[in-house]
Amino acid sequence: MSNVAAVGQAEHHHNPNLAHHFESMEAQKEASLLGMWLFLVTEILFFGGALTAYMVYRQWYPDAFAHASAEIAILPGAINTAVLIFSSLTMALAVHAAQTGERGKVMFFIVITMILGAAFLGIKGYEYHEKYLEGHIPGFGLEFRFDEEYIRPAQIFFSIYFVLTGLHALHMIIGLGIMTWMLIWTKKGVISPDYYAPIEIAGLYWHFVDIVWIFLFPLLYLIGRHVHHV
Amino acid sequence: MSEHTEHHIVPKSLYYLIFLALMVGTALTWWVATIDLGMMNNVIMLAIAVTKATLVVLFFMHVKYSSRLIWLAVGGSVFFLLILIVLTLNDYLARGW
Repeated sequence: MSNVAAVGQAEHHHNPNLAHHFESMEAQKEASLLGMWLFLVTEILFFGGALTAYMVYRQWYPDAFAHASAEIAILPGAINTAVLIFSSLTMALAVHAAQTGERGKVMFFIVITMILGAAFLGIKGYEYHEKYLEGHIPGFGLEFRFDEEYIRPAQIFFSIYFVLTGLHALHMIIGLGIMTWMLIWTKKGVISPDYYAPIEIAGLYWHFVDIVWIFLFPLLYLIGRHVHHV
Repeated sequence: MSEHTEHHIVPKSLYYLIFLALMVGTALTWWVATIDLGMMNNVIMLAIAVTKATLVVLFFMHVKYSSRLIWLAVGGSVFFLLILIVLTLNDYLARGW
């Protein structure tokens, strides 16, 4: 009998979420944070490669890029920037609530983050539809309408625009999937002040996607603003 | 356990402040873009974007309160990103054709 009691006691010392190969919850959290950051390093270089392509073509065709950028309506892009920044705030507050063990608040802020993420994708869809109506989609056998002087490099600009914003939107969709997962885990009671690393790591991913947009918004929407005034 | 927990809980007020700074930065970058400053437009635009990204990384992503190993991973990614961009542009910008 005493053996059973001793085993029971030993189990109480360990958090059920502590994997056997880690010495402590702190060591486990540190390892998972580092793992997520190493993944984000590859993501930074992945988007970095696409941004480098943008830079090379832009310095080859600066005027065409400015004119093509001026064809993109700023307001939806600016609203989307605000939506994403707001979602980053609610994500940070979700992690904060997880740290303090307020389960209801964690779920509330994750849901708000997801709604904002979905709103972003909705506005992005509206923008893509506008581009379709204006004839600014290169390829797919669609008619590409643009000033004859810049038509070829403008197609390059819009190819880069769709690749960058498309990859970003794909990351948003994956982010919504991760948030759904986190919502279920929080509801099930897996998340606690001793084990909130999953929420924190999901947050790192979400903030990273926000950072990508922080660069995409000026580089794609704002480089041709003064063109119409000249 | 609680006596040696290393996780630092960032006060909510700081999150609100960072949010405000990011919104102001967004408005500022839009406003500056409407003024023709030549090459300076790019410099200011990127300076604002880098500042906003740094705020997100340091506070929302908690890197300011993280271990040196995390700092190394973040710093390393910036370093290799700069190699990628600078060495590529070093070639393309220096070509005579």
